[in-house]
Amino acid sequence: MFDNLKIVFHQGKQFIPDVTTAKVPGIYRGRPIISGVQVNEAELQGLCPANAIATKPVSIDLGKCTFCGECALRFPEKITFTTDYKISTNERERLIIKEGDEKPVEVNPETVRREIHQVFGRSLKLRQVSAGGDNSCEWELNAAINVQFDMGRFGIEFVASPRHADGIVITGPITENMAEPLRIAYDAVPDPKIIVLVGTDAISGGLFADSPAIDRGFLDQYPVDLYIPGNPAHPLTIINGLLDLTRKKELIRLIHPV
Amino acid sequence: MNYIRITNHQTIPVSDIPELDYKSFFELNTGFIIDHPERHCVNYFGYHEDNHIKLICCIADDETHEIYVSSCCTAIQSKLQAFTSKLLCFEKFEREIHENFGLDFIDHPWLKPVRYAFNRADKTKTIANYPFFKIEGEELHEVGVGPIHAGVIEPGHFRFICNGEQILHLEIQLGYQHRGIESLFLKKKSILERATLAENIAGDTVVGHTSAFSYLWESLCGYQASRDMHFSRILALEMERMAIHTGDLSAVCTDIAYQLGSSVYGRLRTPLINFMQEWGGNRLSKGLIRPGRDQFPFTSGLAERIKNIFDAFEPDFNEISDELLKLPSVLSRLERTGVVTPADVQEIGAVGMTARMAGINRDIRTSHPYSLYPELNHEPILKHHGDVYSRVLIRRQEVNQSMAYVRDLLNQLPEQTTTNTELGKPKANSFTLSMIEGWRGEICHCAITNEKGDLVLYKIKDPSFHNWLALALSVRNNEISDFPICNKSFNLSYSGHDL
Ligand code: SF4
Repeated sequence: MFDNLKIVFHQGKQFIPDVTTAKVPGIYRGRPIISGVQVNEAELQGLCPANAIATKPVSIDLGKCTFCGECALRFPEKITFTTDYKISTNERERLIIKEGDEKPVEVNPETVRREIHQVFGRSLKLRQVSAGGDNSCEWELNAAINVQFDMGRFGIEFVASPRHADGIVITGPITENMAEPLRIAYDAVPDPKIIVLVGTDAISGGLFADSPAIDRGFLDQYPVDLYIPGNPAHPLTIINGLLDLTRKKELIRLIHPV
Repeated sequence: MNYIRITNHQTIPVSDIPELDYKSFFELNTGFIIDHPERHCVNYFGYHEDNHIKLICCIADDETHEIYVSSCCTAIQSKLQAFTSKLLCFEKFEREIHENFGLDFIDHPWLKPVRYAFNRADKTKTIANYPFFKIEGEELHEVGVGPIHAGVIEPGHFRFICNGEQILHLEIQLGYQHRGIESLFLKKKSILERATLAENIAGDTVVGHTSAFSYLWESLCGYQASRDMHFSRILALEMERMAIHTGDLSAVCTDIAYQLGSSVYGRLRTPLINFMQEWGGNRLSKGLIRPGRDQFPFTSGLAERIKNIFDAFEPDFNEISDELLKLPSVLSRLERTGVVTPADVQEIGAVGMTARMAGINRDIRTSHPYSLYPELNHEPILKHHGDVYSRVLIRRQEVNQSMAYVRDLLNQLPEQTTTNTELGKPKANSFTLSMIEGWRGEICHCAITNEKGDLVLYKIKDPSFHNWLALALSVRNNEISDFPICNKSFNLSYSGHDL
């Protein structure tokens, strides 16, 4: 008992006090900024392994980008990645960063479904479904609930049964073999319910977009409420995205006034 | 000679691989392994060549440090005597070949599909109605779990046959994560596309799989990695091992309801993976390793950072580990739970940590040495009981061992010599085999090129391919409530298996 207490004491304070302003250490590939410098656009577009770059003007689709960083390494005067990890949004078009864009990627409160604010504003239980994910986004979702990121303090948790959930979180490009289990899990969640896509694979199919082994029909049928990009998505991207969607920022300000 | 001896990461002309008739192929490869515990099959696969199927079998010999490669051509409609009729370790390889090409293997216990791949030979079979083993009996009941599990983990279907609380049999059906990666390797042509594919094979083994791909590709292009590239890769491999073992110790603690261990190990993993982000921009090391490149040169500033991180990590890691391994309530859950005997491990051809926990010395770092491992004088850590406790001990000790290796490496920072040249075209009509000891065990990638130097085959084998059967055996005669700790103590990869 005494040893255990000693261990507890040795841990010190581990939690991140304010997850909305925390800084990530070292280099990090978050929201990119694209300058107006003239470069060989065809070459830039051609090097991207994920077909995320469009030209005239140059843009990067964060829903397709695997954050490999190659474009920034090869064209440093054109593309830089900032450490801004807040890149989740509810509108797919907002993930497309164009030349000269410096504004943050945000959830548009106007287009968030009304019941999300009303019903999930204080508590949100999610059922995660991995549908061909490589286990990296699953890792980061688990990290989001560890003692450091501690998403549970905002009332956001993962639950075992879809019957207890308010929505599903999908990772992976949705393989043919997971298409049916995913639909069954979604159907089992009571209304009203949300769909959150975590990671590039889930948002666009990522590197697997043109693989014959995937089946993304599910996403044609139902509206998506939140896109959380990344490969994998960073825990802070996940937490801030979910908080923005359910508008709990106000609540955090009450807990940790700035 | 009716086979060719190669070493790890070596490229040879495909025509140097002797082609045998099936009977000799069968006798050669089964003969290699029977009564030779130092040998096991690291890869056995087929591919279409003209109008037939070419089979290639690779047997690793841990004593000679060589791999014995042989091949056989067979018609598509063939019926062949199964290697499995003599050796269980070929069981899954033959199922995979049957699934992909429809070849029939006589005397194979059950040619059940491995992963219901999109390009399987028989499309009438689907994962939704996969066949499973049944035992009838008044006292028995079946428990089906998955493919979606309670936690935030990957999908797979587990079917238990239980007598009361006791598990008689567990059948594991995977394939839900199948994304067709091997085919994409052929379809996508640039090195970067292929390297990003390699890092998405299994998100928890990014360094393992990208290193296997990089060494393979460099060998295929006749390129020699420089010391700074080796340095970055080996350092990252050992950091990955430390991070995952630490995280898995947390998971084991969660499943035995030792909350303190779960939290402390969980938070101890964070500085390790955050360091990887400081270095390469991604917590799971995506983007760090590329063929022919030292993407993020390692600086003395980074070396200082690791030293500081280790100085803080080590006492806390040792403190919680010492406590964990002396608590009677913890030990009673770990000891003699989930046992796989050394004989079973040997028979199924398990690799890596799963072999070492039962006293079988299988570790590519020493048996088929590569890169800087010979300098590190690596000694594999062996345990002998094959239970959850052994697996926990291995993880604990390997964390300390990897930490020592990283510190060793830091004493001699390499000079930056890589010039990041673009690698040329791969050699035509060649075969390369690349093995890496990832944290789970041996990762094996094989590639074959045609006369133009284009890939005609890319074959990936994650250690989980061998080791899932070890999990199924470990739970026999255990309480079903002990399944979670058995599972976490192995922590096998679904995506690495399903590809
Ligand atoms: S960082 Fe994104 S946009 Fe840039 S090359 Fe990689 S995948 Fe393409």
